[in-house]
Amino acid sequence: MLWGLLVGSLDRSVSVFSTEKGKFTGERLCPGGDGAFCGLGVSIVTAVESGLVRVWGDFGVTPPQFQPLQELQAGPGLCRMRQDPTRPHLVGTGGKENGLKVWDLQRPQEPLFRAKNVRNDWLDLRVPVWERDLQFLPGSQRVVTCTGHGQVRLYDPSTPQRRPVLDAAVGEAPLTALALIPGDTSVVVGSARGDVAVIDLRKGRVLRALKGFAGGVRGLQCHPRLPLVASVGLDRFLRVHQLRDGRLRDKVYLKSRLTCVLLSTHLDWEEPPPQKEVKDEEGDELWDALESVPTPRKAKKRKISGV
Amino acid sequence: MKTSSGIENLISYGPVPGDGAGPPAPERVLFPPTFSVSEIKNKQRRHFMFLRWKQQQRKEKLALKKKRRKEREALGDKAPPKAVPKTIENQRVYDETTVDPNDEEVAFDEATDEFAPYFNRQTVPKILITTSDRPRGRTVRFCEQLATVIPNSHVYYRRGLALKRIIPQCIARDFTDLIVINEDRKIPNGLVLSHLPDGPTAHFRMSSVRLRKEIKRKGKEPTEHVPEVILNNFTTRLGHSIGRMFAALFPHNPQFIGRQVATFHNQRDYIFFRFHRYIFKSEKKVGIQELGPRFTLKLRSLQKGTFDSKFGEYEWIHKRREMDRSRRKFHL
Repeated sequence: MLWGLLVGSLDRSVSVFSTEKGKFTGERLCPGGDGAFCGLGVSIVTAVESGLVRVWGDFGVTPPQFQPLQELQAGPGLCRMRQDPTRPHLVGTGGKENGLKVWDLQRPQEPLFRAKNVRNDWLDLRVPVWERDLQFLPGSQRVVTCTGHGQVRLYDPSTPQRRPVLDAAVGEAPLTALALIPGDTSVVVGSARGDVAVIDLRKGRVLRALKGFAGGVRGLQCHPRLPLVASVGLDRFLRVHQLRDGRLRDKVYLKSRLTCVLLSTHLDWEEPPPQKEVKDEEGDELWDALESVPTPRKAKKRKISGV
Repeated sequence: MKTSSGIENLISYGPVPGDGAGPPAPERVLFPPTFSVSEIKNKQRRHFMFLRWKQQQRKEKLALKKKRRKEREALGDKAPPKAVPKTIENQRVYDETTVDPNDEEVAFDEATDEFAPYFNRQTVPKILITTSDRPRGRTVRFCEQLATVIPNSHVYYRRGLALKRIIPQCIARDFTDLIVINEDRKIPNGLVLSHLPDGPTAHFRMSSVRLRKEIKRKGKEPTEHVPEVILNNFTTRLGHSIGRMFAALFPHNPQFIGRQVATFHNQRDYIFFRFHRYIFKSEKKVGIQELGPRFTLKLRSLQKGTFDSKFGEYEWIHKRREMDRSRRKFHL
């Protein structure tokens, strides 16, 4: 059993980086479909831009028998696939002209929830759909997404309403990153122009804007306990902001254009990891994985910041 | 002048003569302690006092300078070295993204970025120059002159076509770069430089455009020889990328016979473009003639991917309120 970080590359190989040993411990090629990876999940679920979502087993199996256990077609133009951390058999997918769909991996024919587009706008024109990023809200079945047209939408599959429960417009630039703030009522979104805002999900208002970004934001992550958010972007900096007053706490220059950031759940680096985490390896594969960017690069480097 | 006679009486420059027993008067001035020249209500008197004060300051400064020079001469060899005057370039805030020439990560980054095919000599630059819609005479002439400066470039008239439609056609015809000169009120004021297959797009504000006939002491027309390229002072990572963009406009092998050189000089975030012809008169003396247009550019944004103002992702945008807070911080 391997635990660590899943790294997806442009050449369609998925590697596991073990944080204990500090190096890559396994690598497998996951072919099928076209385009770069847009989502990775534990017990190795991969999704590519052409819409093919495949479930592979663990990396213990050698290549000739490494076949997909399950596969489903989520529609072309996929931008993001995410797995619900509390229920790993549920995945959500969204893309360009490809609305939100929540799938159960055991039933690949039909999605559990297929979102409906909002009503026509004030000119009676169809509102275009472009789901860039999505997150499952813990504690309920709700899904929050951010779109390439600058909207933040909240869907609730438990209600019969297939249209978004909340549709908030945030600026005009495409929103490229989304992170949940622990506490369940607000999210942080980052745009392609470097405008990062904290949105309240109850009313859809902008609570606070975080300043200091020079380029598009690609990855955001909030700390589970402290009111901090880490962000990375195309301007090659990692920034940590305080959520309460929006102040920039730290800024680190990392020399490549960054695409993803993860915060470690080990809060105290001096302490050894508690014993039950080592035994409970199934439950610990809750690490999100990294997606590759369609730039002419081979492998990505991702940075962990433990705060 | 009959001004401020009352105030003159107040100023004393030393103890009152003959008054040895009393308390010593203050050295300079008997004004009440919070008086300043700006509190005089009468403008003429105030101006007069201010001029007097200025003259005094100047005298003191000259006296100080003279004293220092005398001391320096007196010390001779042992005099401390002259202090370097502070300039904005000296006082520049150190930018942590400054590129170290030996940095491996940056070298790897540059070996795999969008300009790698050019720097590996796999592509030959082919430039398309166009303008915004309906250009006026000055812009048209500027484009023609720019086409003589950049080898292998073609000028096309923009017939109101959308850039997003032009770009796939350019890629199909093997163009490597697209330059769009934006015009406002009959003068060119913006430049969009887009590297074509999927490369970054830089948007500049252009100012101080001088056409060939407006340049004094210019040489003859530039010839068809490939010029050399000089890129000065692009130190930060962003500056490096922009410098590479400019370098990718020109073919690799300059023809030294032509003795022509194009210079992109970055100073304080402004990029100055000049085009010269040089001649070596002797080992140490060089004569230069300026040919060709000259202009100044300031970077507004660098976008990853080709021109897409609506949905593009930006690598760097100039945000005036956040980035222009300090006069000593530069980004290129």
